[in-house]
Amino acid sequence: MSTWFSGWRLIVGFLVTVIGVPVVGLVLTWVDRFVSARVQWRKGPPFYQPFADILKLLLKQTIVPQGVARTAFLFAPVVGIAGMTLVAMLIIYSNFNTVVNQQSSFIGDIIVLLYCFALVPISFIIGASASGNPVAAVGASREMTLYLGYELPFVLAILIPVVKVTQQWGVASALRIGGLVAYQQQFGPLLYSVSGVIAAVIILFTIQAKLGYVPFDIPEAEQEIMSGVIVEYSGAPLALFRITRAMAFVLLPLFLITLLWGGLRDWWALLKFLLIVVLIVLMKNTNPRLTIHQALRFFWFILAPIGIIGLVLAFIGL
Amino acid sequence: MRDLRLWGLKKSPWVYHVAAASCNNCDIEILELLTPRYDVERFGVVLVGSPRHADALLVTGVINRKSLPRVLEVYEQTPKPCLVIAIGTCACNNHIFRNSYNAVGPYDKHIPVHAYIPGCPPKPEAMILGVVKALSKL
Repeated sequence: MSTWFSGWRLIVGFLVTVIGVPVVGLVLTWVDRFVSARVQWRKGPPFYQPFADILKLLLKQTIVPQGVARTAFLFAPVVGIAGMTLVAMLIIYSNFNTVVNQQSSFIGDIIVLLYCFALVPISFIIGASASGNPVAAVGASREMTLYLGYELPFVLAILIPVVKVTQQWGVASALRIGGLVAYQQQFGPLLYSVSGVIAAVIILFTIQAKLGYVPFDIPEAEQEIMSGVIVEYSGAPLALFRITRAMAFVLLPLFLITLLWGGLRDWWALLKFLLIVVLIVLMKNTNPRLTIHQALRFFWFILAPIGIIGLVLAFIGL
Repeated sequence: MRDLRLWGLKKSPWVYHVAAASCNNCDIEILELLTPRYDVERFGVVLVGSPRHADALLVTGVINRKSLPRVLEVYEQTPKPCLVIAIGTCACNNHIFRNSYNAVGPYDKHIPVHAYIPGCPPKPEAMILGVVKALSKL
């Protein structure tokens, strides 16, 4: 493999992540709205609806209100979208490197992934705090509390496959996404065990919270605190925030499949992906919004103990 | 570029509901409009919680001296290619409050109005028709 070839592959991967992932994410946003409409016995918007929304927002006036920390206010959406692009690069590059697959990335990239996912709530918190709006401040504090809530079970759920791979191949491959994928290609998906199911359930609930979908849309409760964290945003920054959410909507199910359900290297992954997406949308449509202390209690005192049980089971080898 | 912008605006008008001292009847009809029965989301219409996200203001009711500054503030907070749609006869021409001492006139005395939808209250179908006419005149 020449350097020219690998450079070419890197460019294609970059284009896929920078253009492909947002486009697929926006289409998924339409899937979300369409399925919601069908649940409520409506017709639903046409497929180009999210693109029209984004286009309109990009070409609209951007208002920067008085009393705003201007740089932080306008820079916050970029932070979120940069984090999501990095996640997309890591996941897609680790899955589709031709030399399978252990060495495709660096040791500990799963930890880097964790921090990059954290950039999304951080960008929302920065933006909301910079906007100086009291409603946005309420949203930011809720976002922070929610993040503290879901990160503990999320980390526990990620540790479960890591522990299972460590028992066979050692830590060096267990902390790599490539290592996890290669392990699953050899021994079958990690999901098909008790601890794997526990991890998948925890990650599903966490996805819901990370995307800000309905049982956990507490930071931007539209009817309650007027879209909360993004209340002062208009025009292009708002579009960037929506694109960030759309990219997260692609990447979190991809992450779940990569981690637990056998990687993305076969065509079944597409079906699994759609299944997870529809599951998320149905969860969104059949639940009312929780209050913030209910959400925190749910994550810390129900999901985290379940995660610890799953971790113990993984140590035993189940 | 201008065509693209126009297409985007036409295909996804996000609305914000400004109730300036209405009798609540037009508001109820607007809520009816947004329910699954009329399903305006198939035209891209979404009710947003903040005027910063809005493209169209649905204004109802007669403006009085208390609510005029608030209405103006909401109008100034909206990013600018923005439609104002006056819903109900009160919003169009003050209706029975025409000679009232505290009514400060219909909306078009203070902010540019793009569509008038008379009725007390107007039917949801009339509102859809009015919005479509306003959009096709852009």
